[in-house]
Amino acid sequence: MTASEIRALFAVASRPEVVSLAGGMPHLAALPLDSLSAEVADVIATDGLVALQYGSAHGLPELREQICEVMALEGINAHPDDVVVTVGSQMGLDMVTRIFCDPGDVVLAEGPSYVGALGSFAAYQAQVVHVGMDADGLVPEALREAIASVHRAGRRIKFLYTIPNFHNPAGVTLAVQRRAEVLDICRTHGILVVEDNPYGLLGFDGTTYPALRASDPDNVVYLGSFSKTFAAGLRVGWVLAPHAVREKLVLAAESATLCPPTLNQLIVSRYLSTHDWKGQIKTYREAYRERRDAAISSLEQHMPLGSTWNKPNGGFYVWVTVPEGIDTKAMLPRAITQRVAYASGTGFYADGLGSRQLRISYCYPTPERIREGVRRLANVIKDEIELHETFGPTVGRAVSGPHSPSPDTA
Amino acid sequence: MSNRWVAVLSGGLSHEREVSLRSGRRLSAALRSAGLVVEEWDADRNLLTRLKEHRPDAVVVALHGGEGENGSVQTILELAGVPFVGTDSRACRRAWDKPTAKGELARAGLATPEWAVLPHATFRELGAQPVLDSMVERLGLPLMLKPDQGGSALGAQVVRDAADLPAAMVGCLAYGNTVLAERYVEGVEVAVAVVDGPDGPHALPPVEIVPENGVYDYTARYTAGLTDFHAPARLDEKAAQAVGELAVAAHRLLGLRDVSRTDAIVAADGTVYFLEVNVSPGLTETSLLPMAVEAAGESLGEIYAGLVERAVAR
Repeated sequence: MTASEIRALFAVASRPEVVSLAGGMPHLAALPLDSLSAEVADVIATDGLVALQYGSAHGLPELREQICEVMALEGINAHPDDVVVTVGSQMGLDMVTRIFCDPGDVVLAEGPSYVGALGSFAAYQAQVVHVGMDADGLVPEALREAIASVHRAGRRIKFLYTIPNFHNPAGVTLAVQRRAEVLDICRTHGILVVEDNPYGLLGFDGTTYPALRASDPDNVVYLGSFSKTFAAGLRVGWVLAPHAVREKLVLAAESATLCPPTLNQLIVSRYLSTHDWKGQIKTYREAYRERRDAAISSLEQHMPLGSTWNKPNGGFYVWVTVPEGIDTKAMLPRAITQRVAYASGTGFYADGLGSRQLRISYCYPTPERIREGVRRLANVIKDEIELHETFGPTVGRAVSGPHSPSPDTA
Repeated sequence: MSNRWVAVLSGGLSHEREVSLRSGRRLSAALRSAGLVVEEWDADRNLLTRLKEHRPDAVVVALHGGEGENGSVQTILELAGVPFVGTDSRACRRAWDKPTAKGELARAGLATPEWAVLPHATFRELGAQPVLDSMVERLGLPLMLKPDQGGSALGAQVVRDAADLPAAMVGCLAYGNTVLAERYVEGVEVAVAVVDGPDGPHALPPVEIVPENGVYDYTARYTAGLTDFHAPARLDEKAAQAVGELAVAAHRLLGLRDVSRTDAIVAADGTVYFLEVNVSPGLTETSLLPMAVEAAGESLGEIYAGLVERAVAR
């Protein structure tokens, strides 16, 4: 199956007959649209000539101050000057890669890792070397080994890209006691850390983990986002970077987009100053916890023997390993026929691994739909097991190109 | 100029939803420029209600795969008594099932690559390897594997090495329960569109397909630039006539209506082999029917506007 074939299969995910566990669209139903629309109207009425005008590539000063308040929840003590507002944290990631990576440079990333990051790294011809994870996140010893092996090969490592909290797609969190060790390893080897933290405030038991950036301001570039805590469609994210990097980022941002959308920045800023945004995050957390519970209890109830998964304590995703011999990519058409969609595992690796894995997103469907989706998925896997009993274990072919769902997949 | 108003059905729930949406958009634009009033409808649970409430002069089916080509949607349109462009439900069923269509044409004496059709259950019950071995023994290598139903080459694979067969079977059976295995015929791959007119069905110029990597798979079909097309095909006069005759024969034998597209191979010895027929040919930017229409010096909008008139008059 080719990349475009897989992409095309996701076209039905938006139809109500299909339960989509494939996309990563946040659950927006909880947003207070009435009061928001009044505030947006007022932004235009009172600040319209600013809102509709060019702004600075650095981002609006008042928003950058508010961003610092948001980051303070994770123990980050930052100056607004070191924050650059970006068009979603994806743009931040893209710019960081552009600034640091020459073709052939190595980027270390957890295996599996965020599809959008792998896409950015590939676009700048950086080579991804994956570092193993366990239930406590990135394994420090595996990080040491990866660094040594890259160095032995005479290659240059530019940075470690890591999602420490409620990982996409693996769902795990880097244990607090490992954080200092990971930072220490990177500092010792002169490797920058790029910390991507869109889900940090979405811990189900209310725990907010200390950001890596909080304890190592000089060697960590931090990527933040309002996509999961407020509204993904506004595309407002940010980069917090050491001073020298920040200046390069502002120049890169200028050449890419001139400036982030002023109106959207003003909307976020107004929302933060007039709404109970912390209460809203709490509402989101509760909605996602209920969905996580639905996903986990249905997995326990329906999945065939030989399947394993983790129980995430926050974020959007469960990472499932299916019984040996099954290729989740080859299974996808069968799943679509049975009206359930998921993201197959190979899309989350740059090196072809992941054929036995799949990602379930519980962020968007209702708990009832999640239960129905998992039930269908379990049947799909059972049918696929039968096929493999007939034909024996098979090896799927590697696919190049984007073979995970696009961002607007339900 | 016609002032008919038509509903173009596209999307649906098949694996080819995306292609169908592209076909629907392109066809709608073409019909609008021919002066028709067009609405684009997804084929969803509201279909019957919409048909009853809005009563279009005719429906044009631009659905690909599944219910759009197997006769289901056509049955609904027939039950609702709404005229539609395309093959009726009964003939759809015949054409949609590739082995059935091949069988009909073979019975009429037309050439089609030798084939075998087997459901998953047979492999399970008799053991996969002996069945695969006898398939290779009988049909040789390379083998063409396809799901017995479905379009856009989804699940279709050329298998050149017997060791790759089990994996290819697993890939193919993900799309359905039954596999069609065909002897692989080398030659010039062509697609021939057939359109019904006042004097009966006639073939448009054949389009020759030259995929960059040798296989006209899903990516080669829908990625601009990955396949070279020649319209009309670079065939001598005799071969060009033969492929046209084959396509018209398939259209007639299977009882197809208004428009169809036959895929065929012209082998080195000049034999024209029938591969499969499509009752709802793709109409995207990279699809074959629009190329054939252009090669014929006609316009897609005018052709379909004519078919709408035929449907209304039925």
